[in-house]
Amino acid sequence: MASLDDLKKRIASVKSTQKITKAMKMVAAAKLRRAQESAEKGRPYSEKMNNVILNLSNGISDKENAPKLLSGTGQEKTHLCVVMTSDRGLCGGFNSNIIKKAKSYFLKILDEGKELKIITVGSKGNDQLKRVYGDKIIENISFKESKNANYFDADKVGKMVIEKFESGEFDVCTIFYNQFKNVITQIPQAQQIIPLNNEGEESSSEESYEFEPDEDEILSNLLPKNISTQIFKAMLENSASEQGSRMSAMDNATRNAGEMVDKLTIEYNRSRQAAITKELIEIISGAESL
Amino acid sequence: MSEEFKVEIVNPEKSFLVKDDVSEVVVPAFEGEMGILKDHISIISFLKPGIIKILSKSGDENYYVEDGIVEFKNNNLSILTSTIFNLADMDKSKQQDLLKEAEEEANKTDINDQSKYLADQKVEVLKTLN
Repeated sequence: MASLDDLKKRIASVKSTQKITKAMKMVAAAKLRRAQESAEKGRPYSEKMNNVILNLSNGISDKENAPKLLSGTGQEKTHLCVVMTSDRGLCGGFNSNIIKKAKSYFLKILDEGKELKIITVGSKGNDQLKRVYGDKIIENISFKESKNANYFDADKVGKMVIEKFESGEFDVCTIFYNQFKNVITQIPQAQQIIPLNNEGEESSSEESYEFEPDEDEILSNLLPKNISTQIFKAMLENSASEQGSRMSAMDNATRNAGEMVDKLTIEYNRSRQAAITKELIEIISGAESL
Repeated sequence: MSEEFKVEIVNPEKSFLVKDDVSEVVVPAFEGEMGILKDHISIISFLKPGIIKILSKSGDENYYVEDGIVEFKNNNLSILTSTIFNLADMDKSKQQDLLKEAEEEANKTDINDQSKYLADQKVEVLKTLN
């Protein structure tokens, strides 16, 4: 059995760990509120954007010559996967869930004999993927310096993706991120952004629009912006998810630490009592033998 | 019947402005300035750098935008833009910063005609502000 001193030290160390996890939980809760707010505020933009594109692509007359970002390159040989994770750890299963989802997709693609290219956003994803898919990762971006998800960063990623698309480096692009449902539930998502997948969605209006300049030109201008918007949306969802996930993970850790302290305290008291009893017996039996 | 309609400006971070007593909006559309009044036909167009003028009962407002899309439908005008500033809040130093940035961009040699054109527009608009 561990000595009294050892127990005391362990109790102290668990208690200080508990303090840290408690503080992290509170920080995460504060950040979560902000992240959630900005995720909600960001929704109108991406929804409106989606709507406009929907209206446009329905109105487009010549489907054959539609911009490639909308209709695809006509083949599906090379897949680009943008895996979006966090830069910090200690957030429960947040990163692992995205990676798991991405890995199963990678396997499917490789099984079909297609080529795979990976861009990782956020250093944690890169850390986890580079062991197995190190040779497939073509780019690794991390926004450690930016405090909050901002559009400027998303635009950078978007421009990079479009540049690679235009130089013919891939045919299909999918982004992986966690969708924020609530504090305890985040759903890993795989969303195809190139070519744009609008099937199943019907335009809300039958009304025809006037376009200035013509549809094609607007579309070719709008689609790259939409990529950035989708990536930005993913970033917002991700940051809300990250904080939510961290909050519940830290909540659990704090509770576990509390349980541990209780258990250790009982053990400490018991061995202290045992030591006292032992000493008493020794004194009494010593006195008796006189 | 009133001659007012609703305008909503959103940028990626948030809904920037919502107003429902607007009588006229002038937007810098790609092929020239465009004034939008009530019961305009449904239209989609995109913006070049310029000034959005919003005329309403509660006062006129001017905004500087660098890009964006306008959609007008059922007397709802939506403007999607990534860069927008209220001219009333914009001071001289901010203008100078933007102008400098735009000039640098316009002087780049490795850009295509369209982005060159847009950068030139930016410079022009910003200069007229000063």
